[in-house]
Amino acid sequence: MPSASDASPVASFRDRAKLTNLFRTTAFKLSFAYLLIFTTFAFLALGYVAWNANRVLDDQMVSTIEAEINGLSEQYKSGGLRRLISVVERRAGEPGASLYLVTTPAGEHVVGNVGALPAGLLADPGQVEAAYARSGSHTLEHRAIMRIFTLPGGFRLVVGRDVEERDRLRSVIGRTFGTSLLFVIVLGVVGGWFVASRVLKRVDDMTETARRIMAGDLGGRLAVAGNGDELDRLAQNLNEMLERIGELMRGLREVSDNIAHDLKTPLTRLRNRADEAVRSALGEDDLRLAMEGVIEESDGLIRVFNALLMIARLEGVAARDLMAEFDVGVTAREVGELYEAVAADEGLSLEIVTVGDLRLVGSRELIGQALANLIDNAVKYGAVNRQAGGIRVTAEREATTIRLTVADRGPGIPEEARGRVLDRFVRLEDSRSRPGFGLGLSLVAAIVRLHQGTLSLNDNAPGLAVVVTLPALAVGDPA
Amino acid sequence: MGFASPAGFEVVSFGPMRLLIIEDDREAASYLAKAFREAGHVPDLAHDGLDGYALAREGDYDMLIVDRMLPKLDGLSLIRSLREQTVTTPVLILSALGQVDDRVKGLRAGGDDYLPKPYAFSELLARAEILARRRTAPVGTTEATAYRVGDLELDRLSHRVTRAGHEIALQPREFRLLEYLMRHAGQVVTRTMLLEHVWDYHFDPQTNVIDVHVSRLRAKIDKDFDRPILHTIRGAGYVVRADDTRGA
Repeated sequence: MPSASDASPVASFRDRAKLTNLFRTTAFKLSFAYLLIFTTFAFLALGYVAWNANRVLDDQMVSTIEAEINGLSEQYKSGGLRRLISVVERRAGEPGASLYLVTTPAGEHVVGNVGALPAGLLADPGQVEAAYARSGSHTLEHRAIMRIFTLPGGFRLVVGRDVEERDRLRSVIGRTFGTSLLFVIVLGVVGGWFVASRVLKRVDDMTETARRIMAGDLGGRLAVAGNGDELDRLAQNLNEMLERIGELMRGLREVSDNIAHDLKTPLTRLRNRADEAVRSALGEDDLRLAMEGVIEESDGLIRVFNALLMIARLEGVAARDLMAEFDVGVTAREVGELYEAVAADEGLSLEIVTVGDLRLVGSRELIGQALANLIDNAVKYGAVNRQAGGIRVTAEREATTIRLTVADRGPGIPEEARGRVLDRFVRLEDSRSRPGFGLGLSLVAAIVRLHQGTLSLNDNAPGLAVVVTLPALAVGDPA
Repeated sequence: MGFASPAGFEVVSFGPMRLLIIEDDREAASYLAKAFREAGHVPDLAHDGLDGYALAREGDYDMLIVDRMLPKLDGLSLIRSLREQTVTTPVLILSALGQVDDRVKGLRAGGDDYLPKPYAFSELLARAEILARRRTAPVGTTEATAYRVGDLELDRLSHRVTRAGHEIALQPREFRLLEYLMRHAGQVVTRTMLLEHVWDYHFDPQTNVIDVHVSRLRAKIDKDFDRPILHTIRGAGYVVRADDTRGA
């Protein structure tokens, strides 16, 4: 294993050791296993090549020797000893010649380029690898593969090849094998560390980002490399999750903002009334009147509180089991009838128009509440401008949706503000300053969302037309 | 105190009702007990689900007021167990969970009425009295076909309403409103009770929608007569009665 400070990924990896003890272990294990497998395969492959090369070299020598023996014994058979001697002499004189030796049955030198052989070698015919001395010398300082052959008549013929060349080749092969293996190991170590630490660096980065997000940086997102690999997909999914959490957090913050806004004002009024009564009430009647005012304010507070809780509840999608099939046209007429008297008191007409098959799956109670809120608003704001006309509630079937419209002739909402109202239902202090408007519309929006519908505010020229579309029951569905 | 009752003219009187309040918040419980006593009733208290269950099984109560979240045995399980033991005492559930689905769950568990916290005591009292009175009606009695309060009569079959013999023309909804008020003659009926029973909605009506309907009805039945029958109870609701003996 190379020292860790050599390779930069390894070094930078070590720098963050405190963060990633576990991952360091993982990186080490991964690259170690990778190296082990890599080295084993390289060893086997290179070893096979070297072994084969050696075998080929040996085989070649053995078959050369075999061929010479055959040729020479043929010469001896056809031309006798003399012929053999002259052939051997000629061959031994050629450059790069093999080793030749012909001896008497007693072992005395007859002809050949071999000076000496180890004692007793000639007694045993066959192939042997042994030391020998070159002609003119008696020191056995070279090695050769030899074949000892007994000719008819007891003469010995020895043919051999010096193995110096072969040994040199062998050692070259051996060295090559060693160097290659070393290369492979170094490459394996570096590559393993590099790959492992690169991957783990991304995991590390993710961990760090996650920590930052946990520490409160909710806007933080994981880096996406853009190559669509597993880590990218993981990062993308985590980012989507963070997005969703962020949305929920924003919703929560808005609810608490709403709570603060909608509760502070009446709470202040409540406190002031009580305070006023304590300071300046003259008698029991005054006190009673003040207390009635206090109760009235409290009721208003309870109402706001309930609405807020209900919005939060609906946002959490907990009311699904309330869903049942009902005719929203009937609901519109019922709620319309409920408010008709109030509208008439305000000098407004309230017209309910229902067209087509208006069955849908949902909560009659909640849709009723939404319509009530919308009509209530329409009555309040329509009354400001009552000579302009009355309120019109329309429920009509479109292809796959039901469109509910509550239109008034009141002051309306300026176009540039409508988007803002629908965005997250802020209260419009300037145009619709009555308390609870934002909250009422927020509740409607939450109910519509629960029913997978849409809500939009349109110009009724003059006035406001709130349009709710809800998924209708498909035609032909069981009634 | 009495009132002219459904056709057949048997007189049902509202005696004090015996009720059991099962509520773990001791302060809230004793406030309720005090308020019920002041209204002339006899409340008992239990502070956890098991105590409440034991008392409810043994005691002869006209009604039970059960908080939904109780230690040891939660409100809904308590009601379910009572119903399994064929205890039919009417139950009114009090709950901080005021949402529609909670209401449905409460009624499904065997509750008879459901009131989300925070509530006005007048609302609780009105609902409790109506539940308790339903209890005193003998089992199997069919609904009366006509109601009479003083000189005001309502015939449920012919849909005719007369006062001192003069026929009064009512819209269908006005008829149902009067019918509900007269069925509970002598008892305070709140606005939310009217919305629930006459319109069948449980949401918060926000504005005075019910008041407007009631004043229209009043204009038809009381306008030309010296003695009003349809009274407004401040801070509570409405009551239909012939005399003015019950303090408003």
